[in-house]
Amino acid sequence: MTDTKIKIENLSFFYGKKQAINDFSLDIPKNRIMSVFGPAKSGITTLLRSLNRLYELIPDTRAEGRILIDNEDIHAPSVSLTQLRRRVGMVFDVPTPLPMSIFDNMAYGPRLSGIKRRSELEGIVEQSLKMAALWEDVCDRLDTPAASLSGGQQQRLCMARVLALKPEVILLDRPCSGLDPISTAKIEESLQELKKQFTIVIAPHNIQQGGRISDRAVFMLSGNLIEEGTAEEIFANPTDKRTADYITGRFG
Amino acid sequence: MKDFKEKLSGRIFFVLALSSISVLALITVFILIKGTPLIAEVGLKDFIFGMTWAPGRGEFGIFPMIAGSVSVTFGAAVIGVPIGICCSIFLAEFAPAWLSKIFRPVIQLLAGIPSVVYGFWGMIFVVPLIRDYLGGPGLSILAGSIILAIMILPTVISISEVSILALPRQYKEGALALGMTHWQAIYSVVLPSAKSGIVASVVLGIGRAVGETMAVIMVLGNAVALPESILDPVRTLTTNIGIEMGYAEGAHEQALFATGIVLFVVIMIINGLAQYITRDKNKGRR
Ligand SMILES: Nc1ncnc2c1ncn2[C@@H]1O[C@H](COP(=O)(O)OP(=O)(O)OP(=O)(O)O)[C@@H](O)[C@H]1O
Ligand SMILES: [Mg+2]
Repeated sequence: MTDTKIKIENLSFFYGKKQAINDFSLDIPKNRIMSVFGPAKSGITTLLRSLNRLYELIPDTRAEGRILIDNEDIHAPSVSLTQLRRRVGMVFDVPTPLPMSIFDNMAYGPRLSGIKRRSELEGIVEQSLKMAALWEDVCDRLDTPAASLSGGQQQRLCMARVLALKPEVILLDRPCSGLDPISTAKIEESLQELKKQFTIVIAPHNIQQGGRISDRAVFMLSGNLIEEGTAEEIFANPTDKRTADYITGRFG
Repeated sequence: MKDFKEKLSGRIFFVLALSSISVLALITVFILIKGTPLIAEVGLKDFIFGMTWAPGRGEFGIFPMIAGSVSVTFGAAVIGVPIGICCSIFLAEFAPAWLSKIFRPVIQLLAGIPSVVYGFWGMIFVVPLIRDYLGGPGLSILAGSIILAIMILPTVISISEVSILALPRQYKEGALALGMTHWQAIYSVVLPSAKSGIVASVVLGIGRAVGETMAVIMVLGNAVALPESILDPVRTLTTNIGIEMGYAEGAHEQALFATGIVLFVVIMIINGLAQYITRDKNKGRR
């Protein structure tokens, strides 16, 4: 077992009065892929979004408990929200390219953090696109609008864009939900490379994907952590009956 | 029996739709028949670029009115568009729910106030203010622009706001997740993505400003002359028709209809532009 990157301690999350996560504690190891899965509305998206505090966009939401990244409380007043979101990058279920060229999409984050030199930006862009397995597809048309890419390419662009921020953690919320099998395979493949440098938390598209890509996995149900363990344990020999039922499709 | 009812109601709706379209067509044809002979007689170029409007002497040049319409509309856009867009950003992005709940109906109400009320307010409030503090007669391009700016606000605000709110939530989230601040997300993602809707709102607002008659009659001074400053009175195409139609006869009447044709064409172009812009948006993105 490697070091713990993220430590979630007794997290409870509320949308107004509605509680979406109940007293949830979990250690997420560094340089591993952690899958979080469960039936619809289990609170998976909420959990991922609480790791970069993206829920703060929604009025009347509240998180209780602690989340530590490298032993630093992300709710501490000294934490800058924009810094946190650059350390903890996120890819959504729908590709969200910015309405600008491929290059500007990629360079946006680095520019925000103060990098101006064209050559330096170009280096980051190329490197990040290569890591997301998109460089070959787009290297000769970096100036075309990002919206002209296919869905799968857009999603890889969003991944590359996050990588260009040089984050420590990458959150992926069903990143392959709208993608064809080939794009999905490309993304899964690059994740295996990426985990060498980053800590990855993913809501897999389905149980098969969870089994293929993850090192560890968590099963969630109605905002509760049901079971956590290595991918083999959870996907092949779950101890909790609810996990087993869900995995074998007998859930309901 | 049911079948019969279905058919009957279908027919009725068809007839109603047809009649409203034919009324429109009739009006168009009527204006064209009444106006074109004069344009043909005077010549399109002299009609549009002619500097003198003297119906008594048979001189029909509408350029001063075109200049009036353009300057007042431009002024209204300069004042109203930035305010309107800022309001829509505030409503869509910053205002707490309860505030926008109050704001939206109020803005709708603003659109429902009869234009004569705006004109009246301008006459007794804006015009004296301009006269006392800036000089000139008060009845002026500036007064008209201010009144029209207020009148186009509802159009600009509501259409812009709708187009901002219609953006997929993920656009903004994607931006914030990149570590942008709320403002950075607004100007680099939200506004560019909602651009076509915002532009359409501006174009429609301008269309409304060009067509407005009553309110501007009351505050523009209606002098037929090329303005030299924004404090000068002017006459617009619409007010020209509104003022003179009551007593015009013969060639004079025809000339007013011809003015109507020019207006008609301008408004058609503006609305066509708005349609084109919004359609482009639906095609361009998924
Ligand atoms: N903005 C919101 N306001 C109120 N309740 C919300 C909001 N977002 C989510 N919820 C509620 O919180 C609970 C958890 O939702 P969440 O989206 O985290 O679940 P999920 O496991 O990601 O579900 P899905 O399978 O739909 O992706 C659900 O009951 C949902 O209705
Ligand atoms: Mg979800």
